[in-house]
Formats: sequence, structure tokens, C-alpha cells
Amino acid sequence: MSVPIPRAFVVADPERCVGCGICELVCSWQKEGVFNPLKSRIRIVRIKDIVNLSLTCRTCEDPPCVAACPRDALTQSEQTGIIMVDEDKCNGCGWCIEACPFGAITLHPEKRVVIVCDTCLDRREKGLPPACVEWCPEEALDLTTKDVLAQKARISATMKLFIEAGKVVPL
Amino acid sequence: MKGYAGRILRVDLSTGAVRTEPLTEEVAKKYIGGIGLGMYLWVKNSEPGIDPFSPENPLICATGPLSGTFAPTGGNGHAFVAKSPESYAIGEAKAHGFFGAEMKRAGYDAIIIEGRAERPTYIWIDDDTVQLMNAEHLWGKTPVETEEAIRKELGDYYIRVACIGPAGEKLVRVAGIMNDRSRWAGRCGLGAVMGSKNLKAIAVRGTKDVEVAHPEELEELVKVLKERAMGPASTKYRTYGTLMNFVAYTKLQTIPTHNFGRTYVEGMEKWSDYINERFVVRIIGCYSCPMRCHHVCVVPEGPYKGATARLEYEPTWALSANCGVNRLDATVRAIELCDHYGMDGISTGVIVSFVMDCYEHGYLTKEDLDGIEANFGNHEAMLELVRKIGERDGIGDILAEGVKRAAEILAEKKGIPEIKNLACHFKGVEMTGYDIRSLKTAALGYMVSFRGACHNRHGAYGPDIAGKVDRFKAEKGRGKVVADIEDLYTLIDSFVVCKFSRRIYVEEGGFGDFAKLYTYVTGIKVTAEDMRATGARINVLARVINVREGFSRKDDYPYWKAMNVPVPEDGPAKGCVLTKEECDLLLDDYYAVRGYNKDGIPLPETLKKLGLDEFIPIVEARLEG
Repeated sequence: MSVPIPRAFVVADPERCVGCGICELVCSWQKEGVFNPLKSRIRIVRIKDIVNLSLTCRTCEDPPCVAACPRDALTQSEQTGIIMVDEDKCNGCGWCIEACPFGAITLHPEKRVVIVCDTCLDRREKGLPPACVEWCPEEALDLTTKDVLAQKARISATMKLFIEAGKVVPL
Repeated sequence: MKGYAGRILRVDLSTGAVRTEPLTEEVAKKYIGGIGLGMYLWVKNSEPGIDPFSPENPLICATGPLSGTFAPTGGNGHAFVAKSPESYAIGEAKAHGFFGAEMKRAGYDAIIIEGRAERPTYIWIDDDTVQLMNAEHLWGKTPVETEEAIRKELGDYYIRVACIGPAGEKLVRVAGIMNDRSRWAGRCGLGAVMGSKNLKAIAVRGTKDVEVAHPEELEELVKVLKERAMGPASTKYRTYGTLMNFVAYTKLQTIPTHNFGRTYVEGMEKWSDYINERFVVRIIGCYSCPMRCHHVCVVPEGPYKGATARLEYEPTWALSANCGVNRLDATVRAIELCDHYGMDGISTGVIVSFVMDCYEHGYLTKEDLDGIEANFGNHEAMLELVRKIGERDGIGDILAEGVKRAAEILAEKKGIPEIKNLACHFKGVEMTGYDIRSLKTAALGYMVSFRGACHNRHGAYGPDIAGKVDRFKAEKGRGKVVADIEDLYTLIDSFVVCKFSRRIYVEEGGFGDFAKLYTYVTGIKVTAEDMRATGARINVLARVINVREGFSRKDDYPYWKAMNVPVPEDGPAKGCVLTKEECDLLLDDYYAVRGYNKDGIPLPETLKKLGLDEFIPIVEARLEG
């Protein structure tokens, strides 16, 4: 029996992201065979040079996009958390785009249906990371779970407290 | 023909006419894109001897075949080309960022901007829809304000903008063209050409696909190039940045200071660390670049607290060491001011250092300078002079003419011809931060650079500093050294990949990797030898253009100080100077390698060999004359 694909999603570390957009280019390349950020499931934001971050689907537990869809075109996989788009039902009305707090859903410029990150499920089934994660030159992107995010946050908060208190922390 | 958009956009600002023309495979293959395609389109669309500020001087913006793909740094570049108001020779300047890729996705390999708009205008390119928009409300705004205002009024955050600041509007001859908030096509004064056209900005949004001919081969190659780009080939740019030059070159005495007179400013060797530790808050990258080099600096305290700029070696050097200034917070502020007005930081710094030199010599007085005491090292004077140039205020009105013209005007006005000796430039374009008195291969590179003083046209300081040649000696053979690097560098600027990535192209001197990239992206099969010949072709084309504009050997000699002021300080370069004999030896050698005559005019057979037959009448007219 194969190991089930865990419920994970792609996050960007704001400390590491430099806004180069390689993730955008690679995503449209992987998914559509062309270079076009409009066909990418991950998008970069740069604000006044200093703020840089890539954003994509965070696989919300109670996804507002699914709730917003008037045609029941969006569903969420129980197992992987991925938002699946029924292209026959979707008419590109954009309610889900508006509902997503991260701008992670976009309208495909030609198919006129919405597209959203599937964490490169086909690659993950072969044991490969999502294409954007593999290509990110800064190792700013990571396929992770909410549990691991919480672990990391706890560890860094604890480290910070100890360092601030002047304790020697063996690294 | 994949990779390319296959279209050239022609905008006539005088009539408002907009049309597109096909980019033929023949032209694409021969001139690639960027400066190559740009210079070709410029010479085909201009008459000899035109004034750079006349409507007859077309401004060309060109991307390359890789723009919009994920080739390392290849996705992001664009080049501007026009006749330079500094040199009156061919002017070109590249910038990276995001603009070039957006322009490609809008479906254009090049834009030819002709004429002059009646009132301030900007061009809004929304895929196939091209409109001339009123820019009266943007006139006077800084580049950053302009970019933000255009995005806001057009209601699209992902619009990319290339624009000028107040300096370009006022025809300051060292004005540049900015894109993506902080990237500059800075040199040769092309921002002033844009200003002379009443053109404030080009705004572009593209939604089309960029496709390539051989996807699998390209992906494999890009993986290799990307690995190299993240390795030792680019460590300098990813860590210290070009600021590393201060620690690396101070002891070699190859950094000119005090307007190219001396080679040391107190503490200079520590600046690489100092700047990175004190000012750098973030390093960011351009589109599709795995190296990221853009060091964002913020002054944390003191009188210039909050000043923000991107620091690279050249403008940093020009607005610190070369003015004898060692207050680097003032340097950050000075570069911020250059960004604010929209001026080339290198050229602006060299104009300021020239003024300081004149002041120290007693050629210019406090009264001449609107009350400024312009001693070397006076950082407040430096900042005030930058402001005056940017606003053409008082003495700044003369200085804004560039160092060559300013020196001529001041020499005449004051009756002191020696003032002209202190203007450091090649062909009217201000000198950059390498001391050619002790870098004799680089000296040749600068002499023959078609756009005037530029280290990036030849990179010939490389073999000098690496010790591959004797940097203190001018000898036969340097002509080939310079020509070889020129061919590669010209190709790099035509693909419009970043110079900082040059070391990742290694196969067959780099030409092999470019041949593969070109073949895989466009589907037009080329070899390394084709690429080498293309680099030479574009370089010689530039020379032919300059010949058409009246240039020859006489214009290739260095500025007075390099030939008359020996390096004064103790050290390996003490006493070094460039002699006329050395210059002649180097030029003769280079001309022979390139196939030019003694006067530096390309021979008809040279043009024939490179497939430049259509330009033979230009050189024939000069050879007969």
C-alpha cells in the first residue's frame, strides 16, 4: 500500500523571498508549457522593493472559495486539502477570486475558468517536490503542513526568548 | 521563430500614428535583440548628423530572445538605444528588472519611438492596444512617483513602467531612464533624449504567452546555468555585491580618487564590509534571476537618516572616493538624489569631482559656484552640487551639460583653458571607476568603447587585475584580448542577460552556451562560431555608426589627466601614467585585429566578412574623403 499524500501546501518565507518570480515562470511552464505569470498558480508581490512574497493556495480548512462558488464548481479534497475545479461547472464568475484572502485563485486567460495550486500532485505522487519549491533559488519556498508551521513558530519564539534573556543557546 | 514576439512597434509621437512591423528572421538572427537589434533599428531609421534632441533621433527600446523565459537573468532585460546627447555617437543603456519581460508578453521585441509629442505624453501599451496618454500631471514628478501614479490611474498593479525624472525633462545630459522603481538604463543621457520627445514614460502590460522551440533541451540547459549562477561564478554579486571592489582593489591602486588624480581615500579598503553591515537592509532580485544582487541600503541614523538607495560600486565610488568624500551616509543620500531627479550616478559624481578639482586648482571660486566651497571631501558641497545639476539651478545649468561641455563652457567663460584638462571622459561620456593609468588593457577597452567611457563594454580590467597580462605594460596582443571580450559582452547585451551572470556562460568561451540558449529558445540553429561572429558584427556595426557620425581615431584617445598626471601615492602603481606612444600602440593593434584602417575606419572587406554589406557605403564615403 502506498503512503498517502499528506495534507500540505506551499509557503514562502518572507525573510528569504527576493521577489525574482522564478516560481511564477516555472509554474506556468510546468502546468501549461509556456511562460506566462497569468497562468501561474503562484504569484509574487513586491511592495516598495523591500517587501517580497510569493503567494499561493493555503488549503484553508473551511475554504471561502468553495463556499463562495454559486455553481458548486469548487470542492476540497478531504485527503490532500487541494481545491479542485470542475471546469465544466466553472463559468469564471470570479466569486472565489474575490473570496480568497490571499489572491491565490486566478482566471485562466484562455480557458476562462479559475486555476488554483494543486501542489503539483502529479509530481508529489512520484516523490518529487512541487516545481516551484524545486526551482526557488533562495530556498524560500517550502511544501509544508500547518502542524510543521506551528512547530517552527514555537521553536523560533522559544529561541528568541532565551536569546533575549541573554542565555547561551547551543546551536 | 519562437522566443521572439516577432513584432516591432513603431510610435510616432509627432503624428500619434502607431503601427506594428514584423521582425524578420534574418534581422533577428544577425542582431539578436537588445543593443544589437536596437542599434540596427536606429541606424536604419535615422539620418547622419542629426541633433540628439531633435525629433529625428529615434529612441529604440529592445528586449531579447530570452525575455519572458526562465533563462537566468534573461527574462528581465531591455536596452534603450539612440544618439547620445553626451557623445553624439551611438548611445545605449540596458536595464533589468521586470519591464523587458512584460514588453515581450505584450507582444513586442522592440519599440521605435519617433518624433516629438506636442505636450507631455506617456505611451500606454496594453497588449495590442497602444495609446498616447496625457502626462502633463506627471511632469515634474520623480520616477518612483511617476510609476506609482500611472499604476494607480490605469488601475493595474502589475503594469511595468520605464520613465524619466525631472532631469530628463530638463534635458540634463546625464539623465537616465528608470524602470521598476530602482533599475536604471543610466548611461549616455538617453533620459534626456526621452525628455526631448516630451515622453515621460512607457507603461506596459502584457498577457501573452512566451513560447520556446525546444522545451526539454532548454529546461536541462537552464538547470545547469542556474546551478552555476548560484555557485562561485556569482558569489561576489550575491554577498558583498560589486562593493567588494573597495576591499579587493584599493591595495592595487586601481580605484581612482579625487577626480582621477589620486588612488586613496582614508578607510576606503574597509568600505565593502562597512556598507554591507551598516546600510544594507535587504537584497532583492530581478525577474527570473537566481543570483539576486540588488543591495537596498538605508541610512540608520545621523543627518541623512532614512536615505534609501541601491548601492553598487560605480555610483558609490563616483559619489564618494572620486569626490574625496568618505562619509558614506552622504553617498547613500547622493545616490538617492540621483534617483530622485533621474540621473546617472556615475556621470553626476564625475561632474561633481570635476568641479571640486577646478575649485582646488583655483580655476573656479566660491562665487562661480553660487557660494559653495567645493573642496574635495566636502560631502555637503557634493550633495548641493548634485541637487543643482538635477534642477539645472545656478551653476548646475552649466554642469548639467555633462563634464565635457561644462568644461568647455567654463574654460571659455573664465578664460582658463586648463579647466578642460580636468574633465575626465571618453567621447564626452564621463569616466567610470577604474584607473587606466595602471590598467593598460582596460585603457584600450575604454578608448575603443563605442558608447564612450564604459567598463562594461569590454571588461578588460579583468585580465589586468587577474594578472593574465602585465597591467603596467602596453604591448601587442592586447587588441585581441579586448576584441575577444568585447564580442562576448556585446552578445550579452544583445541577448540582454545581466553582465553579472557572465561567468555562468563557459562553453567555448561562453559562445557555446549562448548558441544553445538561442537555438533551444528560438528554434533557429546557430553555432558557437556564429555567436562569436554575431558579437563581432554588432560591435563593428556600432563602430560604423560612429564613423557615420564623424568619429575616428582622433576621438579614441583618453582624457588629459590619464596621460599627464602620474599616480602620486606609494604602491604598486606609483608613477603610472598613459603615454601617447602606448595609446598609439594599443590602438594600432586593436584596429588591425578588428579590420579597421589606421584611422580606425572599418574596411569594406571587414564589413563583407561580417555580413554588414549594406553599410559599406558609409565607410567608403569616409575612406574616400
